[in-house]
Amino acid sequence: MLVKQLSVFMENRPGRLFKLTNALGKEGIDFVTLSIADTKDFGIVRFIARDNEKAYEVLKREGFTVGQTELIGVEVDDKPNALASVIGILDEHNINIEYLYSFVLTNHNSAKILMRIENTEEAIKVLENEGIKLLSEKIL
Amino acid sequence: MFSPEIETIDRKQLREMQLERLKHIVAYAYDNVEMYKRRFDEIGLKPSHIRTLKDVALIPYTTKDDLRDNYPFRLFAVPMKKIIRLHASSGTTGKPVVCGYTRNDLDNWSTCIARVLSMAGATDEDIIQVSFGYGLFTGGFGLHYGIEKLGATVVPVSSGNTERQIMLMKDFGVTALVATPSYAMYLAETARKMGVIDDLKLRLAITGAEASTPEMHESLKQIFHVFPTENYGLTEVGGPGVAGECREKAGMHINEDMYYPEIVNIEENKVLGEGEQGELLLTTLTKEGMPILRYRTKDITSLTYEPCKCGRTLARMSRIVGRTDDMLIIRGVNVFPSQIESVLMGMGELGKSYEIIVDRVNYMDTIEVRVEVLDANLLTDYSKLEELVARIKHNLRVVLQIDVKVKLVEPFSIKRAEGKVKRVTDLRKK
Repeated sequence: MLVKQLSVFMENRPGRLFKLTNALGKEGIDFVTLSIADTKDFGIVRFIARDNEKAYEVLKREGFTVGQTELIGVEVDDKPNALASVIGILDEHNINIEYLYSFVLTNHNSAKILMRIENTEEAIKVLENEGIKLLSEKIL
Repeated sequence: MFSPEIETIDRKQLREMQLERLKHIVAYAYDNVEMYKRRFDEIGLKPSHIRTLKDVALIPYTTKDDLRDNYPFRLFAVPMKKIIRLHASSGTTGKPVVCGYTRNDLDNWSTCIARVLSMAGATDEDIIQVSFGYGLFTGGFGLHYGIEKLGATVVPVSSGNTERQIMLMKDFGVTALVATPSYAMYLAETARKMGVIDDLKLRLAITGAEASTPEMHESLKQIFHVFPTENYGLTEVGGPGVAGECREKAGMHINEDMYYPEIVNIEENKVLGEGEQGELLLTTLTKEGMPILRYRTKDITSLTYEPCKCGRTLARMSRIVGRTDDMLIIRGVNVFPSQIESVLMGMGELGKSYEIIVDRVNYMDTIEVRVEVLDANLLTDYSKLEELVARIKHNLRVVLQIDVKVKLVEPFSIKRAEGKVKRVTDLRKK
């Protein structure tokens, strides 16, 4: 029901992102998503790999600080207002989204939305009641 | 000269005075301070064993740790009722070093400072701005009362708000500035940028609380058109006023009627002679509130007893050339790496990997603490990292009393030499 995401602490200076992507690339690990939030000095790189467990091991070994976070994933039609309708549901129940990113896979006519929500359980309940399709790791 | 009878005293006469005062202070400390009594008794030393000035070498050293162990008031030799002022500066860990003053102590202290001001060239005609912080720090109030004793006009502006300081300097016709050398430099630069240098009547920069370099004094001379001098002191023996430079700038004259100085090679436990470099020890000769015997200042310097061209016969100490411990002086405030370590180790989510970078930007000391992020739980959301930075800053501020820049870095990004992290990098130009 939930999608596992890896989070890596990264300093905001040249060469750091290369070190991370290269470490995974050499091991043949493919990214499904990748998102970076940054400030002046540091950021958090958040991503989902085809093989999250292996990616986790590789980065640990390479000396990165890696955390795992569970996200709620939903699939919506790739058309206007689709995202708004999902967010509207959460809004009605006063559920706050900490961060969110979306992506589209080729050969799919839908968009995938990944959300980090503090009260995950409640959000799942609310979305399922409204008939929203939740993603699991497999579907990615 | 503020006290010509002392400052130009015949040295033989001075030594007699010092011996008499030394005998008194040793007996006084023994009778009134439990730590000294215990120390003396442990080695079978009696105050009556002090018969000549050389016998001072029989007395055990006093260290900063002794002050910490007896925190806050156990080294006081008089009941609290007699103490009319407290000051404090940072210790090696969380607890500060405290000094207590009787009315006589405050009177002697201002005398010492009035002398130092007069050595620097100040007179009762001067208008003197004190840009040291007012508070527990000995600098602000110490200089303040010394200026009053000298009879000059004191402008107690305290620290911070640089542009306003310059405005007041201009409007009040300030003729002398009391500040740390780095803050004096910063004021000078700011005044230059404001284009008001020529409107200032400033003629003296009296710098202390941190060591200055000849280069800093040269720049002060160039930019501010002032005559810069430096002076020396430390909270443990009462604060500033131990010694000061005169117009000859040939070392700092020590107020030897109040402080007995020695230069010691600590490893060999040997008192060194004139001109030899070693650690400065100070014995307070007149302190009633908190007499201190042979305090290890950790400052490395040397002494000369040659009379100075200015006419003073008081011994002179050279510029401080270094320290025998790892104490840093940041914007005039003493900072020990051990204080920073104890703050970081007290926070569960941090590892042992940190480093301290000290630098000087625009003439102001900066201190940055870099900490490796090892706890993956911090990564679930961004605000946790920001909160961590804010919390480290806050905790450091509580202990150090100054603002520290905190930077989170990746694991293993702090250089290690043979497995050990080099804790402190000081990039300030020597």
